Amino acid sequence: MLEIKDLHASINGKEILKGINLTIKDGEVHALMGQNGAGKSTLSNVLVGHPAYEVTQGQAIYNGQDLLTMKPEERSHAGLFMSFQTPIEIPGVSMVNFMRAAVNEKRKYRGEEPLSASAFLKLMREKRAIVELDSKLANRSVNEGFSGGEKKRNEIFQMAMLEPTFAILDETDSGLDVDALRIVAEGFNKLRTPQTSALVITHYQRLLDYLKPDIIHVLIGGQIVKTGGPELALEIDEKGFDWIKAEAGL
Amino acid sequence: MENLNSEKQYIDLYQSCSDIIAEHSSEVMNALRAEAFEKFCKNGFPTQKVERYKYTDVPEAFKPDYGLNIKRLNIPVNPADVFKCDVPNMSTLLYFVVNDEFYTKAMPKTGLPDGVIVGSLREASKLHPELVSKYYGKLADTNDSVTALNTMLAQDGLFVYVPKNVVLDKTLQVVNILRADVDLMSNRRVLIVLEESAQARILFCDHAADDRNFLTTQVIEVFAGENSSLDIYELEETHEKNTRFSNLYVSQQAYSNVLHDSITLYNGTTRNMADFNLDGQGAEIHSYGCAITDSSEHIDNNTVISHNVPNCQSDQLYKYVLDDKSVGAFAGLILVKKDAQKTVSQETNSNLCVSKEARMYTQPMLEIYADDVKCSHGSTVGQLDEMALFYMRQRGISEAEARRLLQNAFCSQAIEQIRLEPLRDRLHMLVDKRFRGELNKCGGCKGCK
Repeated sequence: MLEIKDLHASINGKEILKGINLTIKDGEVHALMGQNGAGKSTLSNVLVGHPAYEVTQGQAIYNGQDLLTMKPEERSHAGLFMSFQTPIEIPGVSMVNFMRAAVNEKRKYRGEEPLSASAFLKLMREKRAIVELDSKLANRSVNEGFSGGEKKRNEIFQMAMLEPTFAILDETDSGLDVDALRIVAEGFNKLRTPQTSALVITHYQRLLDYLKPDIIHVLIGGQIVKTGGPELALEIDEKGFDWIKAEAGL
Repeated sequence: MENLNSEKQYIDLYQSCSDIIAEHSSEVMNALRAEAFEKFCKNGFPTQKVERYKYTDVPEAFKPDYGLNIKRLNIPVNPADVFKCDVPNMSTLLYFVVNDEFYTKAMPKTGLPDGVIVGSLREASKLHPELVSKYYGKLADTNDSVTALNTMLAQDGLFVYVPKNVVLDKTLQVVNILRADVDLMSNRRVLIVLEESAQARILFCDHAADDRNFLTTQVIEVFAGENSSLDIYELEETHEKNTRFSNLYVSQQAYSNVLHDSITLYNGTTRNMADFNLDGQGAEIHSYGCAITDSSEHIDNNTVISHNVPNCQSDQLYKYVLDDKSVGAFAGLILVKKDAQKTVSQETNSNLCVSKEARMYTQPMLEIYADDVKCSHGSTVGQLDEMALFYMRQRGISEAEARRLLQNAFCSQAIEQIRLEPLRDRLHMLVDKRFRGELNKCGGCKGCK
């Protein structure tokens, strides 16, 4: 379970998050909606420990662990995964070496032996199939020369390799065509277990049609101003955010 | 007075010992000493005001009192013990040079095609004086005081000769071992001659077997005949008490293809100078380098690629990763002479400073006197990509491991240029180990402790 209490965060001295309160239980998928600049990406980046953001107040507790005192890699080992809005290109580091390092560090954290080369490649093959990622991409440098859609698919592939218990999808649907969106969303659904929970950031209903979130939050001006069931997303899709702003007196 | 003058001890040494030096060398090598001495006395050591030496303090490096083995006393050594860094999957012909003396007791028994000579420069110049004297000292310019000093003092080294149309299939691996019980200065001389259409690959590995202060001068002269092909790989894996001055001079005839890759993994103070002369049309030089430094290591690579005739190509790539308080310097001049039309040349030097104290001086230079050429040059100095680091850490990779992956990736471009796959694999591994700070297996090198 993830519990966020009165979380404030800023970047370059500018406060973006102004007191977030949010609880996500195991097995639940929550969607976070809101206009550009509302603080959605800030919240996800703060949760995974992006060094550019400064937390000025509040708490984020995941399964009893105080996330905000942990290094990014420790948060990853605790089960957090973020699908980046803009996946980073790392020239010269092959996908294979990158994933092997990640998988083996996770195994080391759990007290397990590193995977043998053949077991690792077998795992890569299996997980690649989930998002129909081309084997050629797996032999290239991380995200280098990948199309926008391939980069997003690659994010879900990495999620499949690392089997996180809490996934943050930061606009994973942006830049995807209809087929790629289906593959990515269905891939994500295949990876879900009763223990995994997720925070999904999106502007569009289309992704939510696949993911079927339990709860929808609306973030405006660094605060969650409205929370509701799946029907809230449909309403936003139809009417936009203005009525919510008016309702909140903003 | 003495302390003010680094040259004096070398002048005194030569004046009092030139007979002994000559006695333990060969006539061909002795023939050039007097003139070199004269030049050395006249010029002295270059100060940092001299353009090509501005990044390394030469008088300071030569100031300490080192012993020299001019009487060629036998220094006990067992190269097989010292040297265990073999290259798996690569069959080489293995030779040793101990300090500045070719080691005759562990030479490969077979494997050289007819007419090929690999061995002691001193002995070769006694056996084949006309052959050696035709080339010896013809490229090495004694107006450079390090070269002058080497020419004055060098008594032996390595000679490689590959006759016309002969292809050496196996790589020559030459392990330079520094071995001494006192602080030692060595002056190593190398002469490499490839006749028309000959082919060879030579891998030099520098190791230090003892935890002593070492000072080495090395002069390598390379004559690449028409249509010949030569790879020279130089790998330094010594320690912080080692000071290396290496001057490489290369002359290339028409359609010759030379690759030089200089890799500094562990060192103390190193200055590598390389002068490539493209003297025949259609010649190609590929000049690469990679340096990885930490603590207070100092690495200075200084190159000149001289396009003297039309239709030649050069490409150059040097990469440095500097940590702690280490200092790197790269100065590379591409000189395109007036007649050298249709020259194609590119030069890149990129560098990573991974600590705040590390310093890099970079100076890519182009001097073009022809009007129909295609040349580019550039350099960068930067830090590790913070976003890439964060991305990897989000996936559970520790910061140290993420840094190592990025640094390896950065260097791999210079390693990929190696034309021998097993050596390339080996170097990827050595570079990775270097970043891990892991030991390798040889005796006294810094990486081995």
